[in-house]
Amino acid sequence: MTRVFVPRDAAALALGAEAVATRLAAAGAQVVRTGSRGMFWLEPMVEVETPAGRIAYGPVRAADVDGLVAAGMLTGGAHPLRRGRPEDIPFLAGQTRFTFARCGVVDPTSLDDYCAAGGLKGLRRALEIGPAATISEVTASGLRGRGGAGFPTGIKWKTAADAVAGRKFIVANADEGDSGTFADRMLMEGDPFALIEGMAIAGLAVGATKGFVYTRSEYPHAIAAFERALSAARAGGLLGTDVLGSGMAFDIEQRVGAGAYICGEETSLLDSLEGRRGQVRAKPPLPAIKGLFGQPTVINNVITLASVPFILAEGAAAYHGVGYGRSRGTMPIQLAGNIRHAGLFEAGFGLTLGEIVEDLGAGTATGRPVRAVQVGGPLGAYFPPALFDTVFDYESFAARDGLIGHGGVVVFDDTVDMLAQARFAMEFCAAESCGKCTPCRIGSVRGMEVIDRVLAGRDVDANLELLRDLCETMKFGSLCALGGFIPYPVMSALVHFPEDFRRPALAAE
Amino acid sequence: MGAHAPWNADRAASVIAGLQDREGAALPILHALQEEFGYVPAEAIPLVAAALNLTRAEVHGIATFYHEFRRTPPGRHVLHLCRAEACQAMGADRLHAAARRRLGIGWHETTADGAVSLEPVFCLGLCAVAPSGMLDGAPLGRLDAAGLDAALEGTR
Repeated sequence: MTRVFVPRDAAALALGAEAVATRLAAAGAQVVRTGSRGMFWLEPMVEVETPAGRIAYGPVRAADVDGLVAAGMLTGGAHPLRRGRPEDIPFLAGQTRFTFARCGVVDPTSLDDYCAAGGLKGLRRALEIGPAATISEVTASGLRGRGGAGFPTGIKWKTAADAVAGRKFIVANADEGDSGTFADRMLMEGDPFALIEGMAIAGLAVGATKGFVYTRSEYPHAIAAFERALSAARAGGLLGTDVLGSGMAFDIEQRVGAGAYICGEETSLLDSLEGRRGQVRAKPPLPAIKGLFGQPTVINNVITLASVPFILAEGAAAYHGVGYGRSRGTMPIQLAGNIRHAGLFEAGFGLTLGEIVEDLGAGTATGRPVRAVQVGGPLGAYFPPALFDTVFDYESFAARDGLIGHGGVVVFDDTVDMLAQARFAMEFCAAESCGKCTPCRIGSVRGMEVIDRVLAGRDVDANLELLRDLCETMKFGSLCALGGFIPYPVMSALVHFPEDFRRPALAAE
Repeated sequence: MGAHAPWNADRAASVIAGLQDREGAALPILHALQEEFGYVPAEAIPLVAAALNLTRAEVHGIATFYHEFRRTPPGRHVLHLCRAEACQAMGADRLHAAARRRLGIGWHETTADGAVSLEPVFCLGLCAVAPSGMLDGAPLGRLDAAGLDAALEGTR
């Protein structure tokens, strides 16, 4: 029976992949569920196993299946939806897939599939070379925190390793709340063993025997996929009291968030894991020294941890060899919003924003001109096309009062109202503030009110001056990145799109 | 969507007892209570407090901090619509206005016949297929008015 591969990725399901899988099974195919390759304009994308390799068809609707099968799809036959070998599709061929190499290819419930596709090589090497050499390798790779802060991972691990304590923890931050980002979700649904392997390597490196994955409740499919992978990992000896026969103990428990954006901030996440309101902690002490339950804790983003198996398996130099400036390795760039080729593009740092939006993304989905691009989630700046020469790396975006965050790129066409976007940023901050510090808790509400006065055309100059001042206060006075960075979208809207802040209502002044 | 059990103190106590020994048990317990009853009933707060050696005020503080925990029973179906930026870029605001008109309710409200509760959400990770939503946990992508009507068809 011919094997066909149909994604169970939540975004593919949102486009009807489940019905496609059912129909294909009824047509006599052996259906294997995978993650997504990350080309969502082609989803649901079905791949058929043929002697010449896999052949892709997409976007396939359930109603297309009978016609496709009649056209010889199960032997790779011709059809208008036939896309050829997926690896040859330019969007995929142009990527450097280190972390997402297996996503969309393997069966995410099968540990055997994972191993056959190169999985566990990294952990086996880490067990062979020991903790100190493992940390050296991660440090030498130049890997930095992919959650957005960009802190060197090796240094964080070394700090936790050097701390003396009875218990230590590895925590994976899967509270991926930034709009425009879905890399954690795709990985947990498409290649969850990569996260498990990365956490086991971290556990070995710092001497932790317990890991937690804190997954947001908005991701029910990722939660279920990761639970299935945890069971398979325990059954296969990857987790438990004797990891891969090494004598080392390591196990992972998944915890589910409850709809609080702030819990993506690492210290809030730790408080939430401890069973409390997810409120930000002052630093120091660093979590690496005093983290979960007061114990040394490595807390890393899902993608950071999932990047580690490649680094150990292929060597630090292979990872460090790609990238730009001080941003080494690859980043899964997530193209979202009003964009034709929405999806995930893993590449070394160094593309320009223009290349990302116009070449990879192929412009807007609506066909109208691009007006603004928000990079890095709700705390990221809005960039106009005039800044499309900005290089995608941590430092270049910071130099232009922006951030790359977790790698989300949200495109807006020329119908966007940037005053409304600035107001939304303040509204979002007010709704999601943990309430611990005043600039964020009160400043966000005052920010909304000030913008509403600008919207009404009242004392515009004075109110814009007040808004600038408020943003300064929030930026420098907030305890964490929520209040500290919300000025980025607000001020970038004001600086790059000042015309939207001068309404016809101004005439009433 | 699975029917929820009516409030039952014994059932709640047994749910709590099954989880209270886990480290940082508050969220797992609140999730389990919501799974059982569809919301976190006020009557459950003192039981959780006693089990975790916390004050009622502390447990109330935890339960109300998180958007996900409901304090009132949901409708038979729950529709989440994403209000975040990637969905805004694809016209989510207009879609939401139409959805509220069609259902005759605002955010966080339930239709008079108890069929549908409407909840805003900030990002479902479906930003590449915006605007997005979720009906009883089933993801919905590239939503428009017709798509939303089709999805809601089975809820009445």
